[in-house]
Amino acid sequence: MPANKFINDFTIVSNISFSDHTFILKLLAPEPLPEMFPGQFVQVLVKNSAATFLRRPFSIHNVDYLNNTISLLIKRIGNGTNSLFNLKAGENLNLIYPLGKGFTLPSNDNVLLVGGGCGVAPLLFLSKYLYKKGIKQTILIGGRNQSDIIETNEYQKFGKLLITTDDGSCGEKGFVINHPVFNETPSKFSKIYTCGPEAMMKAVARYAKIQSIDCEVSLENTMACGIGACLCCVVNTTEGNRCVCTEGPVFNINELTEW
Amino acid sequence: MVDTKVKIKDLVFENPVITASGTFGYGLEYSDLIDINRLGGIVVKATTAQPRQGNPYPRMAETSMGMLNAVGLQNKGIDYFVKEIYPAIKSFKTNIIANVSGSTIEEYVAVAERINELENIPAIELNISCPNVKQGGMAFGTNCHSAKEITSAIRKVYHKTLIVKLSPNVTDIAEIALAVEDGGADSVSLINTLLGMAIDTETRKPVLSTITGGLSGPAVKPVALRMVWQVAKAVKIPVIGLGGICSAKDAIEFLIAGATAIQVGTANFIDPQITIKIIDGIENYLQQHNLKSVRELIGSLNY
Repeated sequence: MPANKFINDFTIVSNISFSDHTFILKLLAPEPLPEMFPGQFVQVLVKNSAATFLRRPFSIHNVDYLNNTISLLIKRIGNGTNSLFNLKAGENLNLIYPLGKGFTLPSNDNVLLVGGGCGVAPLLFLSKYLYKKGIKQTILIGGRNQSDIIETNEYQKFGKLLITTDDGSCGEKGFVINHPVFNETPSKFSKIYTCGPEAMMKAVARYAKIQSIDCEVSLENTMACGIGACLCCVVNTTEGNRCVCTEGPVFNINELTEW
Repeated sequence: MVDTKVKIKDLVFENPVITASGTFGYGLEYSDLIDINRLGGIVVKATTAQPRQGNPYPRMAETSMGMLNAVGLQNKGIDYFVKEIYPAIKSFKTNIIANVSGSTIEEYVAVAERINELENIPAIELNISCPNVKQGGMAFGTNCHSAKEITSAIRKVYHKTLIVKLSPNVTDIAEIALAVEDGGADSVSLINTLLGMAIDTETRKPVLSTITGGLSGPAVKPVALRMVWQVAKAVKIPVIGLGGICSAKDAIEFLIAGATAIQVGTANFIDPQITIKIIDGIENYLQQHNLKSVRELIGSLNY
């Protein structure tokens, strides 16, 4: 049985912008947080946005059990995220949490985490989690330019950090999949975790398949309920259509028939 | 204490608030978040004879004050429902209503016969109004003859409370309601989703894999309310009203228009606790208006 889920009003501790489009909301829970796992997500109720009817799902970016806070890394894309961008410390945000199934631990040491753009959202939490488990890791994050590359000092605490930007303003120039780390054959990695734009994840998945490396991807299909009731967010798998919200959002690429 | 009990045929509901099919899973999905036993009833996700995969993704599009869906009756079939789902939900202390669908009359009958054997399921909602399947579904519910024919066929094999869920995608919903009443229905529930569509202007492609889908949410409420009023005037059997209900006020509007009970659907996605707020809100309304029973509200429209 999946773990319990909760619904509560969180208080915004801080809303820090890293650019005109990327920001991190730190949220204080009104009661002790349950144990949460990297790759899980929350469903956020967006107020003050008439065009935003449904909740918005966001990966859990970081958890601080000591201070009872969780962080969400969000990119301003439409009306809903724009409304969240404008929230101030002290305001409330209603969350359903924690939802979905997260990443699974590798069977061997030395893993690669690959994140693109806002898809890095679940990777910081994962990186911290793997570090605490004593697993050696390399983290590759990519963005369009330097403003997309944030919290580098955090990742560096947990593993070796590699960076790409489309314009070369930070790290290697090019897409993440063009990074030299993917030229090493045979690959030294036992597992790859990836989250980001679908084209990027599919390229990473292709590499993993060719190299016979275990690979997990975090999907972000549009969803309504987030708890397995509406069946809107399905992905085609070896066991038929399955809900991304409850049976994902993390899937092993071997389960995904169209990958 | 105000009296919130309502009756559909002989079936007593502790209050008139029921969750709508396809929006509340089997209740289990929500049991961490609300006390299921406070609900008047739950209409569980549609069940068909065989497992169904539903339509390809994308199946959902958010629209102004609502959403389109094209799930297409994805479910694991009646055998799975009887063996795996029913044992997990049968001890809920609320009316569990099975939503029955299919492609042919024979398929509907086969499912209804199995549901009839389940002691703790006191009612069926016959889904002749799903707009998202190629065969069956809405096709049965948009024509008086076929609506009556399928209702009569189920009536022969199903001996408990039979509710028929109607499609709004018709010229005169009251005619269809009269046809299913004639076919032996104990109640009608309305409305299922309104057929709609959405287009991505960048790609000029339809948002949904099926091109069209069913619209639900507050956007449809005025249409649903009007249809409930028209049907409640036309038929003698109790009407269950649904379509965009998001608050106690919305629910009370449907009761005043003539609904004996109401269903809450899409609003569950936004606030999983909305049904409990609606139940509390109806009780408050009754107290504030010095009404002893919710039944005094039903069909009480002043005009």
